[in-house]
Amino acid sequence: MPDPAVSSFPSRHVVEVRDVTVVRAGRTILSVDQLAVAEGETLAIVGPNGAGKTTLLLALAGLVRPDTGQLLFRGSAVGRSEGLAYRRRLGLVMPDPLLLDTTVFANVALGLRFRGVPGRRTEPLVTEWLERLGVAHLRDRRAGGLSSGEAQRVSLARALVLEPELLLLDEPFASVDAATRTQLVEDLAVLLEATPVTCALVTHDLDEAVRLGDHMAVLLDGRLRQAGPPEAVLASPIDEDVAAFVGIETRVRGMVTAVKDGVAVVDTGACRVEATLPEDGARTIAPARPVLCCLRPGDVTLWSAGSLGPSSSARNRLDGRITGLAPQGSTVRVTIDCSFPLVALITRASADEMALEEGQQVTAVFKASAVHLIPLAS
Amino acid sequence: MGLLFEGIVQAFQLLLSADPELLEIAGLSLVVSGAATGISLLIGLPLGTWLALALLRGRGAAMTFVNTGMAFPPVVVGLFVAIMLWRSGPLGDLRLMYTPAAMVMAEVIIATPVIVGLTAAALRQLDPRLRLQLLGLGASRWQTTWWLWREARLPLLAAIMAGFGSVISEVGAAMMVGGNIRGETRVLTTSIVLETSKGRFEMAIALGIILLALAFVVNAVLTRAQHRDPHR
Repeated sequence: MPDPAVSSFPSRHVVEVRDVTVVRAGRTILSVDQLAVAEGETLAIVGPNGAGKTTLLLALAGLVRPDTGQLLFRGSAVGRSEGLAYRRRLGLVMPDPLLLDTTVFANVALGLRFRGVPGRRTEPLVTEWLERLGVAHLRDRRAGGLSSGEAQRVSLARALVLEPELLLLDEPFASVDAATRTQLVEDLAVLLEATPVTCALVTHDLDEAVRLGDHMAVLLDGRLRQAGPPEAVLASPIDEDVAAFVGIETRVRGMVTAVKDGVAVVDTGACRVEATLPEDGARTIAPARPVLCCLRPGDVTLWSAGSLGPSSSARNRLDGRITGLAPQGSTVRVTIDCSFPLVALITRASADEMALEEGQQVTAVFKASAVHLIPLAS
Repeated sequence: MGLLFEGIVQAFQLLLSADPELLEIAGLSLVVSGAATGISLLIGLPLGTWLALALLRGRGAAMTFVNTGMAFPPVVVGLFVAIMLWRSGPLGDLRLMYTPAAMVMAEVIIATPVIVGLTAAALRQLDPRLRLQLLGLGASRWQTTWWLWREARLPLLAAIMAGFGSVISEVGAAMMVGGNIRGETRVLTTSIVLETSKGRFEMAIALGIILLALAFVVNAVLTRAQHRDPHR
């Protein structure tokens, strides 16, 4: 029975896993019914640490043998004896550069050497990819003397030079500092768009997934929970766990009391929340049905108590008391008790303007369209 | 003191005149210990690699076994080999007792645990994900092993040197299974024992200087190799 949470994958699959489980020390650390990467597409596999993402990627690489299930490459199963032939169609990049103690050039040429590519063909290929990754000036430098950003570029070049049929990236920017990471993500995005590379990328960073992925798969506790275009997954998580992972910090249960003109009214116990219905919501969201209301911190605006005029078009205005203030660089996370915990993200400037402090009464305002409803089992 | 001083002067005379007996003894030492190190490497390098890389449940026990082997008293190894090769022993028909071959046998048993243990340690020092990374770039199992050895080349060199060092300076087993026969199984260490017991100190000192020189050269090579590497 196909999992309704997984939007169907396009049919031109380069690689696919079916009914795969991986068991370690008696625990099932990975259990995926079906996951595929389509030709020319970048699949971002996301999840928190320990979710099984690396295990899944290594299974896609044929480096971890699943205890059950199959690995299919272009429709045919990859058997035990075909391991090397399959691996020679891949390129793998790990979270750390893992360069060998030799020159940058020799490192990038490594995979070609494994495949027996003669030197005269290796030279132009390596040179080209060193240039494309912006490390041509380091070609004769020993790997040990590189910065983490440079080293990771070399590691990327080492995989890309192979022009692999499947590029596998395991948290490729994990070992790099934040500023370098931003630049690297951009450079990689440009490269992936320019060349028709089929790619599976593992990351715990949702921004990276959105920037680099055409398709996103959410893995929690070893299970595939949701898959689809990144924006769609972020906007419409399928259940509370996925919602929590994608950054929806305000989640409150309630009962639908009325549905009219595409808007549902939800009674959360002490207050009412209005939310626009999702496209297919008519079936599952009806009066007397329980739902989970999901709201992103960035969709909430705050007003000092009593200062909100009637001109705002937002349908939801909840009064509450500030229970927590957490400055985060140029923004502030504000936790408010509106009979349920609500999290808002506002700019530092706004927070200072309103002179926010704990215990203060404020009004939280958000549009009905900002609330995502997840139907719950009765 | 006069004894020592006279001995040193005469030792240098012997060395400078390239005394044939001296050279024969030194040469045999190198051949026997060199061969033993070579054989130990052929056995120990693959074994140590396998120990380091294979996912074994009994790895801990195997390492304890190897470490014990490293600390084994050479004289006990000599005893074991002597029993094996004795005329009435299990391998007695081979008539290898009191031959250089017997010495090589004993030295292989002494050097192999050293090489196995240090090879395993050398490879365990590498990032455990490096193997996966190489495989993920299309390396075959052999290519992976070869490149891991290359990556650990300095500690592996140290392992070889340690193996050689453990046998070139060994005297107990060499004496027991070699017999210190002039022209046949007399090596540096056994000669020094003999010459000292005869009171021929100039010869003993000359042999000792050669042995020290060998140890020094081996260490110098290793140290130079290690220092040449910019980021160690």
